[in-house]
Amino acid sequence: MQFFFEVLIGGLLSGVLYALVALGFVLIYKASGVFNFAQGAMVFFAALTFVGFLEVLPGWTGMEEGGRAVFWLAFVLSLAAMVVLAIATEKFVLRPLVNQPPITLFMATIGLTFLVEGIAQGIWGANVRGLDLGIADVPIEYMMDNFNILISSFDVFAAAVAAVLVAALALFFQYTRIGRALRAVADDHQAALSIGIPLRHIWVIVWAVAGFVALVAGMIWGARNGVQFALTFTALKALPVLILGGFTSVPGAIVGGLIIGASEKLAEVYVGPFVGGGIESWFPYILALGFLLIRPEGLFGEKHIDRV
Amino acid sequence: MLYREAGQFKASYEADQQIFPILQDRIGVMLLIGFFALAVPLFADQYWLKAILIPVLIFSLAAIGLNILTGYAGQLSLGSAAFMAVGAFGAYNFMLRIDGMPFLVAILLGGLCAALVGVMFGLPSLRIKGFYLAVATLAAQFFIVWALVKIEWFSNYSSSGVITAQQIEILGFAFEGPQSKYLLTLFVVVMMALAAKNMVRSTTGRSWMAVRDMDVAAEVIGIRLMRTKLTAFAVSSFYCGVAGALYAYTYIGTVEPEGFNLDLSFKILFMIIIGGVGSIMGSFLGAAFIVLLPIALDVFVPMLLGDLVSSSFVSNLQLIVFGGLIVFFLIVEPHGLARLWQIGKEKLRLWPFPH
Amino acid sequence: MAREIGDVILKMEGISLSFGGVKALTNISFDVREHEIRSIIGPNGAGKSSMLNVINGVYHPQEGQVTFRGEVRRDMEPHKAAKQGIARTFQNIALFKGMSVIDNIMTGRNLKMKCNVFHHALHWGKARAEEIEHRKKVEEVIDFLEIQNIRKTPVGRLPYGLQKRVELGRALAAEPSMMLLDEPMAGMNVEEKQDMCRFILDVNDQFGTTIVLIEHDMGVVMDISDRVVVLDYGKKIGDGEPDEVKNNPDVIAAYLGTSH
Ligand SMILES: Nc1ncnc2c1ncn2[C@@H]1O[C@H](COP(=O)(O)OP(=O)(O)O)[C@@H](O)[C@H]1O
Ligand SMILES: [Mg+2]
Repeated sequence: MQFFFEVLIGGLLSGVLYALVALGFVLIYKASGVFNFAQGAMVFFAALTFVGFLEVLPGWTGMEEGGRAVFWLAFVLSLAAMVVLAIATEKFVLRPLVNQPPITLFMATIGLTFLVEGIAQGIWGANVRGLDLGIADVPIEYMMDNFNILISSFDVFAAAVAAVLVAALALFFQYTRIGRALRAVADDHQAALSIGIPLRHIWVIVWAVAGFVALVAGMIWGARNGVQFALTFTALKALPVLILGGFTSVPGAIVGGLIIGASEKLAEVYVGPFVGGGIESWFPYILALGFLLIRPEGLFGEKHIDRV
Repeated sequence: MLYREAGQFKASYEADQQIFPILQDRIGVMLLIGFFALAVPLFADQYWLKAILIPVLIFSLAAIGLNILTGYAGQLSLGSAAFMAVGAFGAYNFMLRIDGMPFLVAILLGGLCAALVGVMFGLPSLRIKGFYLAVATLAAQFFIVWALVKIEWFSNYSSSGVITAQQIEILGFAFEGPQSKYLLTLFVVVMMALAAKNMVRSTTGRSWMAVRDMDVAAEVIGIRLMRTKLTAFAVSSFYCGVAGALYAYTYIGTVEPEGFNLDLSFKILFMIIIGGVGSIMGSFLGAAFIVLLPIALDVFVPMLLGDLVSSSFVSNLQLIVFGGLIVFFLIVEPHGLARLWQIGKEKLRLWPFPH
Repeated sequence: MAREIGDVILKMEGISLSFGGVKALTNISFDVREHEIRSIIGPNGAGKSSMLNVINGVYHPQEGQVTFRGEVRRDMEPHKAAKQGIARTFQNIALFKGMSVIDNIMTGRNLKMKCNVFHHALHWGKARAEEIEHRKKVEEVIDFLEIQNIRKTPVGRLPYGLQKRVELGRALAAEPSMMLLDEPMAGMNVEEKQDMCRFILDVNDQFGTTIVLIEHDMGVVMDISDRVVVLDYGKKIGDGEPDEVKNNPDVIAAYLGTSH
């Protein structure tokens, strides 16, 4: 039973990371109706930029390597890079394709994926890098002693960060003028315009926020598994998460992420051995597919009948 | 004044419904096929045949397959490579396990296996559309590759699923050199391209396009959505499957399931975006473009920039150029090279009098 | 007029339809007789389009039943409706945008074509003959609608009025016994409206096609309809011959009450 809980908790925690990627996705889909395939690439780009700056900044500025100042400067610069990416995306991809069918925009974001991956590796190189956020990756003694369950303090930290991020986003959407505009635009473009924020700015903002989420996800992920190209594949698992949770639902992204994370680990451990293992690579997709057949609108989505 | 439509009146609907209604086009296509069937194998060197012409033909076939599903029937797929894999492993097993299996029959059976699997993964398309379906096809991509690695029977118990294609022999003639393999590939691809063109200009193709453009209206006309979509999945996967079999037998020789990965699926998608979504001709143009581009980059970038560049730089540049081109084409010419070709022809029609 | 109005062929009984909380139709009953021109009128959002959608199975009502040519059903299925001879045009043109005029109209022949995908791939004998045979029929429709010169044009490039005409052509190509026309004259100028009116009357007259028509132009409706149903907020408030409906106090109230 302990073992079961360990697997479950480990799965839930990797699910948190899927949820973070999916969250960036949902933000963009809600505000611009774009299915952003490049979200995973953005996570990679952000993480690589962050570790890249960590490496080069001490040399450029004479700051102490591994110090707090370097960390925050790298963070701010990476965030700035994500904002630049958002602006460039709006200007060179979204604006020229406005009013095109959604599928065209989707394909454009596949192009964007390649572009972003190429640029990231072109600038920072393609070798695998470790990332140390200074959070210990050791079992929590309390849980060990009292329940005999192995939980890493790092994973708990990651979950906490994700929770804070989601809460912060919720507050942002609820209580700021821009946040309200973003919500309005999701419901009705015309209404958003009447708030007085141009649609273009809204897109830039929402892509930048998604970039911020990508940066956080990338840092946590990079610290766990190293910053490497494989990140983009793992990030793809945010797609079945979205199918489960629905494209427009923030709670859906989180619940979906947790379900996918937990079930793929449990399946790997309990079913995997009977079929040769490695089923994590496809399990989330098949699960999502099966789920689609039962409930095409997702966990939290609404049933929709085409209007003719 | 050579390329004219004027004066060629069509006396019957039959004449009007030909694939190439304009005489010059018909002659042009004949010359083109003649050139590739006769002149090329005589004069092209081994490298061109093996590294460029054969893969271009094979990928054209795969691109036609994806174009049928995505370009004509409007169902986006990110799993074409997996269906190629099914075709390759299918053909391999038919050759391996049935004595005296004729090669052409084996690749067609490989294609049929792919069609069956395609229909299975196409079933969700009855309830889901658009992005949802694209994600569902990712399931096919990952699951199929996994299954081919893990179920060792498929690769006759070789390690990590690697298979080596058997010798091709048709009516006692062994296809060994690149010339003969090229000709064989050309024959299969031309025949299947012709059949594809026939399908898309008939009721089958119109039903696909109707479902793509407006599924509710299609249903109201009496088009069965289920049958139409599944036919598209079957035919598309069949084409990808045959392409996969050719990929194993006339191109690479030794293949493993991981070779048919998501990257390859994307490549095929890029071929139809750049070549022309919903165009058979575009499938060829796109395949040629995507096969040639990396080769051109490999050759010309070091030439221009000298020793400054590393190979990883070139591979990153490739990603950037691919990604950039996709976005560029979607914005500037969503109908791809095929449309540019058409515009060129229309210009030619006016030539030499521009007005 | 030469045509003679026949028996009831379509009967809607107690139809109720809602979307989430929105009640689009509430307990509506009416019938349609063979060969007649039956109009449905009412303000925007009254549920007229929804009614057509229930008739040919695009929407499935929560309550009620549809009887068409003696067959009683809770729900129609769109392709079954098509098979039984019901054709349809849409309020917001639903042409196949990526296809030419001729291909759009050819799709209307779909149900009458027998060849399968293998015949098509080979395009020999049977498939070719079938294509030509149906092309002839489609050319007749094209001649009837006077759109010969735009045959090969992609429909997306046509002006609105012509698109509506092509959509009518697609419906006609199926040689339906009943046509459901959803605001076929909306957004047209007077001349285009006259043409469209003429086509509808000709179809009704020459082929005896029963027509269920949604139209906002009262002049046209009162002129060409045999009977009229009036909907308001999903409820039926009037039903009868044009004169009868015109003088119905509820209908007058509904129309004066809304800004028309
Ligand atoms: N597919 C749908 N989904 C949700 N609501 C719909 C749908 N179709 C129609 N409605 C609603 O049903 C009501 C009637 O609409 P409709 O039949 O289009 O009216 P009309 O054609 O008379 O203008 C409206 O309130 C409309 O918003
Ligand atoms: Mg309406």
